[in-house]
Amino acid sequence: MSPSVTTRTKGGAGAGVRAGAGVRAGRPNAAWALPAVLFFGFFAVVPMALAFYLSFTKWNGLGDPQPAGLANWRKLLDDPRLTQSLTVTVLLTVVSWVFQTVVSLLLGVWAAGRQRNRAILSAVFFVPFLLSSTAISLLFYALLDPNFGLVRGDTLGSTSGAFLAIVFVGGWQFIPFHTLIYQGGARQIPEVLYQAAAMDGAGRCRQFLSITLPQLRNTATTSGVLMIVGSLTYFETVLILTQGGPGTDTAILPYLMYEAGFKNYDFGYASAVASFLVVAATALSLLLVRLTGFGAMRSTREGM
Amino acid sequence: MSHDTLRRPCPVRSAGPAPAAAARRRRHWTRRPNRLAGLGSVLWLAVVIVPIYAMITTSLTRQDEALGKNALTPPADPTLENYGTVLDNGFGHFLLNTALAAAAVVAIVLVLCVPLSYVAVRTRGFWSGAAFRLFLLGVAIPAQAVVIPLYLMIAKLNLYDSLLAVVLPTAAFAMPVSVLILTGTLRDISEEMYEAMALDGASPTRMLFQLVIPMAKGGISTVVVYAALQAWNGFLFPLIFTQSDGPRVLTLGLFNYVSQFGVNIPALLASVVLSGIPIFAVYLVARRALVGGLMGVGGK
Repeated sequence: MSPSVTTRTKGGAGAGVRAGAGVRAGRPNAAWALPAVLFFGFFAVVPMALAFYLSFTKWNGLGDPQPAGLANWRKLLDDPRLTQSLTVTVLLTVVSWVFQTVVSLLLGVWAAGRQRNRAILSAVFFVPFLLSSTAISLLFYALLDPNFGLVRGDTLGSTSGAFLAIVFVGGWQFIPFHTLIYQGGARQIPEVLYQAAAMDGAGRCRQFLSITLPQLRNTATTSGVLMIVGSLTYFETVLILTQGGPGTDTAILPYLMYEAGFKNYDFGYASAVASFLVVAATALSLLLVRLTGFGAMRSTREGM
Repeated sequence: MSHDTLRRPCPVRSAGPAPAAAARRRRHWTRRPNRLAGLGSVLWLAVVIVPIYAMITTSLTRQDEALGKNALTPPADPTLENYGTVLDNGFGHFLLNTALAAAAVVAIVLVLCVPLSYVAVRTRGFWSGAAFRLFLLGVAIPAQAVVIPLYLMIAKLNLYDSLLAVVLPTAAFAMPVSVLILTGTLRDISEEMYEAMALDGASPTRMLFQLVIPMAKGGISTVVVYAALQAWNGFLFPLIFTQSDGPRVLTLGLFNYVSQFGVNIPALLASVVLSGIPIFAVYLVARRALVGGLMGVGGK
C-alpha cells in the first residue's frame, strides 16, 4: 500500500512544481502501467505458476488434477528422451542462429546499398516472410514428399535430413526479417567512417571487417536474441514436417510437451516438461539480458 | 561541401537536408561492382524463388497429373480447380477469423502497452521499473510452456472454442516485444519537449495524446505490424484452444487441410498460395510502411 502512496506524492510534487515555477514536466502516475501488468500477469505469469503446480499432479485433462508428489519430475529426469530432446533443442537453436546470422548479415549489408537492382532483389527476398510458419511448413512438407516433391529421396526419413530440413525451413522464413534488421543497421553506419578508411587505403574486405562488423555489434545482439528466443517456437515446423521423427530424433522440448499432453493425455507430466522449459527459457533470457544490456535505459541518441 | 561536413559532426545521419547531395557523395565512394556479393545474392534468389515457383506451378496442376511429375515443369493443362476445392472448404471464413483476431490483438496491445511504456520511460520509481522488468523477462517466456495451464484456465472461463480464447493469450504474448519497441522509441523524445508542454500547463494525459503518441508514430506502426504478424502466424493457441469450424483461424485451417486433402498435394499448395495472397496485397500496397515497421523491431 505505502509504495503506491509514495508514487502518488511524487506525481503531486511534480504537479506542484509545474504550477509554481513551470520548470519540470509532470510525470504519469505509475498506476497507468497497471492494466498492462494485470493482463500480462493473468495470461502469462499466472499460467507459469500454474504449470509448476500441475507438474506435481496427475491430470488427464478431464475432471480435477490429483496431487501426485514428485512422480512426474522423477519420470522426467529418468526419461532418456529428455536428454535427447534437450540436445536437439540446443543444437537446433545454435545451428539456426549460425545459419541465419551469416546469411542475413551478408544479405543485409549488401541490401543496404542504394543501387536499384539491390532494392528490387531485396523486395523479392522479403516474400517468404509474408507466409505464416504454418504455410511455409506445409509448402516444404509438400516439396519434400518423397513420392511427389522437388527433392527426390526420403529427406525427412533420415535423422540428419529431418534436422537440416527444420533448420532450412526456419531460415527460409526468418532470414528475410533478419536481413531487414541488418540492412537497417548497416544504413546507420556513418559514411564518414568508410570515407576515412578509403583515404587510409583500406580495401573492401578490410572495411567490412574493421568497420561494418564492429558497427553492427548492437544489431547482431538484437537479431541474435530474437533468433534464439524465436527458435524455441519451431513447434509447428516440427509438428508438420517431422512429427518429431524419425523416431524421436527431432522432438524438441515443446514437441515433447505437446505429445505428452495432447496425445497421451498425461498433463501432469507435460506440465513438468513445460516447467523445465520455463526454467530453461528464463535462465536463457536472464543471461541474454545480462550479456547484451538489452534492458539498459539508453537511447542511441544520447551523447550525440 | 567539405565546409558543410566539418561543421556538422555527423552529416550522413541527419536525414533532412539535401538528400541529393548525400546521394552524390555516396556515389563518389562507391567503386567497382562487388561481384562476389552479386553472385551470393543471385544464389539466394534461387533459394527463395524455386520453392515459390514450384508451389505455384503445382497448385495449377491437376491432381492425377501432379503425381510423379517434376514439380518444376509447368503443367500441360493449367487448371484452377484446386483453388476451387480450397475455397469450397471454408477458406474465406478462416481468413475472416484471422483478420478479426489480428485486429483485436493489435487493439489490445496498443491500448495496454502505450501507457505502460510511457510510464516506464517517464516515471522512474520502483513500481514502474518493476513493471518494465516484468516485460523484459517476459520476452523469453515461451508460449508453449504455458499452454497447458492456459487450457485449464480457458476451460474454466468458458472461453474454450471461441475466437477470444485465441485473441487474449496471443495479445498477452505479443506485449513484451511491443513494450521493448515502444520504450525504445519513447526514450528519444527529449526532456525539453515535455518541459515546453508543461509550460503550456499540459497534464501527463495531454502529453500522452499530443506529444508522446504523435512522436512515437514509428514505434507504434512497428508494434502494429509486429502484433498483427503474431496473430497471423499464431498456430499453437488456435490448435489447443479451438476445436470447431466456427472460430477456426487460417493457420489451423491450413493444418487441417493436410488430413482433409490427404494426397491431394496440389490442393494443399493452392491453400498455401491463397493464404499468402492477402498479405502479399498488403505488401504491394504498403511495402514501405511494412518494411519500415519491421525494421523498427530491430531497434536503432
